[in-house]
Amino acid sequence: MKLHEYQSKELLSKYGVPVPQGDVTSDPAEARAIAEKLGGKVVVKAQVLMGGRGKAGGVKLFETAADAANFAKDLIGKRLVSNQNPQGMIVDKVLIAETVDIAKEFYVAVLLDRATQKLLVMLSVEGGMEIEEVAEKNPDAIVKLNVDPAWGLCDFELRKAVKDANLPKEAHSQMVSMIKQLVKAYIESDADMIEINPCALTPEGRLIAADAKVSIDDNALFRHKEYAGTTSDSAEHPIEAEAVKRGIAYVNLGGEVGIMGNGAGLVMQSLDEINAAGGKPANFLDVGGGAQAERVKACVELVMMDQNVKGLFINIFGGITRCDEVAKGVLQAFDELDVKIPVVARIEGTAAEEGRKILEGSRVIPAATVQAAAAKIVELAYA
Amino acid sequence: MAILVDKNSRVVISGMTGREGGFHAKQMIEYGTNVVAGVTPGKGGTEHLGVPIFDSVAEAVAATQADAGLIFVPAPFAADSVLEYEDAGVPFVSLITEGIPVQDMVRVVNRLKTNGTTRLLGGNCAGIITPGECKMGIMPGHIFTPGPIGLVSRSGTLTYEIVWELTRANLGQTTCVGIGGDPLPGTRFIEVMQMFEADPATKAVVMVGEIGGSDEEDACEFVKTMSKPVVGFISGRTAPPGKRMGHAGAIISGNSGTPQSKVDALLAAGAAVADKTSDVAELVKAALAKVSVTS
Repeated sequence: MKLHEYQSKELLSKYGVPVPQGDVTSDPAEARAIAEKLGGKVVVKAQVLMGGRGKAGGVKLFETAADAANFAKDLIGKRLVSNQNPQGMIVDKVLIAETVDIAKEFYVAVLLDRATQKLLVMLSVEGGMEIEEVAEKNPDAIVKLNVDPAWGLCDFELRKAVKDANLPKEAHSQMVSMIKQLVKAYIESDADMIEINPCALTPEGRLIAADAKVSIDDNALFRHKEYAGTTSDSAEHPIEAEAVKRGIAYVNLGGEVGIMGNGAGLVMQSLDEINAAGGKPANFLDVGGGAQAERVKACVELVMMDQNVKGLFINIFGGITRCDEVAKGVLQAFDELDVKIPVVARIEGTAAEEGRKILEGSRVIPAATVQAAAAKIVELAYA
Repeated sequence: MAILVDKNSRVVISGMTGREGGFHAKQMIEYGTNVVAGVTPGKGGTEHLGVPIFDSVAEAVAATQADAGLIFVPAPFAADSVLEYEDAGVPFVSLITEGIPVQDMVRVVNRLKTNGTTRLLGGNCAGIITPGECKMGIMPGHIFTPGPIGLVSRSGTLTYEIVWELTRANLGQTTCVGIGGDPLPGTRFIEVMQMFEADPATKAVVMVGEIGGSDEEDACEFVKTMSKPVVGFISGRTAPPGKRMGHAGAIISGNSGTPQSKVDALLAAGAAVADKTSDVAELVKAALAKVSVTS
């Protein structure tokens, strides 16, 4: 679950990480009050989780509280559209924060290093740009430090890291404490990524997290009730938000062939096969292990919410999932939704015979293999 | 011969009295797996499916000499359960549970690695099966058949898909290992490949990977040195970067975890790579034919 910038900064601030002062609101009047309290010279930032937010006009600097409030008023409720997110997102909240004078920009992040199976701290003086770009052009500018799961980080390791990263001397001890705070925040809040970019050094020599991106491990949300009820806010697509509410693994992919399968691997294979057959998948959807008819029905509904869907591809290999339950759920959904698009199903494994029987005479076209099913649905969907 | 589990494995199941655990325990017993004990705190002294239930893994092991564990407990308690098996001296434990917080796995995986006494398979995996001898997991048993092919996969359903193709092509399996779809698996591809290489009964290995991480690439460093042919398949080849594809570990992050990197590593290591699951059996046959000609 990606946190909004204001949530990220609130979290880090709780752990003592210096962040720009500010507050979040959905109310233009309150926006003015916040801007006034901050002295009028503020930045107003739309709280939407989409790439290209700045270019889309979601971030602006102001000299007076009145101008900031006017902008906030226009921004709240507006749909922001960017290259990365052509359908756009509606701004619900804006963050109003003090502006930060930046003398130097650094990069610091904590993430999971799958190769070493430990946490990893990454630090670089090349702040303000994408870390992937730095990694490509100047890999030596990134200092990496694994966190020992039993011991954590030792001060001597951190002192060496800030020195190796060539940070200016006045930032050394501040960065050592900031990294310790970030690692503590990462572990205690079950983050799966914390990225401070840029981490700013002000002309007065103060280190501050000018921007912050935090995402929380979805699997750990059960022990972080503070995010209960906000998880669907952070979805990047309205159908994905609905999927979060229904507890279904769904990702919108923007194509025309709706996909429903069981098991992440099998669904990924389905996407690949649709692409190989010349189609474009509309979504990833895993019905999950052991799905009953009711859940399958909810899954079909989810796929059909996407207006771009021109055909439905069902790919089931029943292990714990029973094919007859899937078939029942599919037909129930068709009954209620008045489905008119072509549907092709490849059904194999537990209770496959029974499943195929249930689908006989319905609008579902059976196929013997995944490859044959993919070819057929692409042919029909784009006819 | 097989790897990790066989007809002598004495299996204890945590969460066996639950709905999921009970369903699969029944299937495992019907398959012929030697399930010797179940563990549910508070239910010690009772019986379920004709198997004695104990309050703790240590008591189960003391009474039954169990040497393999299978965990079905809910995600918030899964890490604790793994450590309980380690503490009881059980050398092998498979963790089926999905949705375990990654921080829990960081601690568990590193502790197990440091102590070196218990091997963990999973979490979020389908388990392991040595066909005809021991099914320790949630896979449909009837699609597997004994034979010379080893298989290792991050995905349960893709394992079924490919095994079904293999079985119908008369290519039976020594052992099929599900390492699971989480970012921090207890056992990684490379370790399973090493075991298959050392297993005399295994003549060829199928490796089923997917986007995310670099475990496939790491394993390929070992595949280069293997005497046995390897056939690879990578799923998620057309998945967009930055989007998690169902499995917590199936995500392309920046330049890391791309399908192309995995396919390239397999090819560079001398493995055959199937574009489609339906090509795997043919490639395995071709690889076996080549081996028998050259040896």
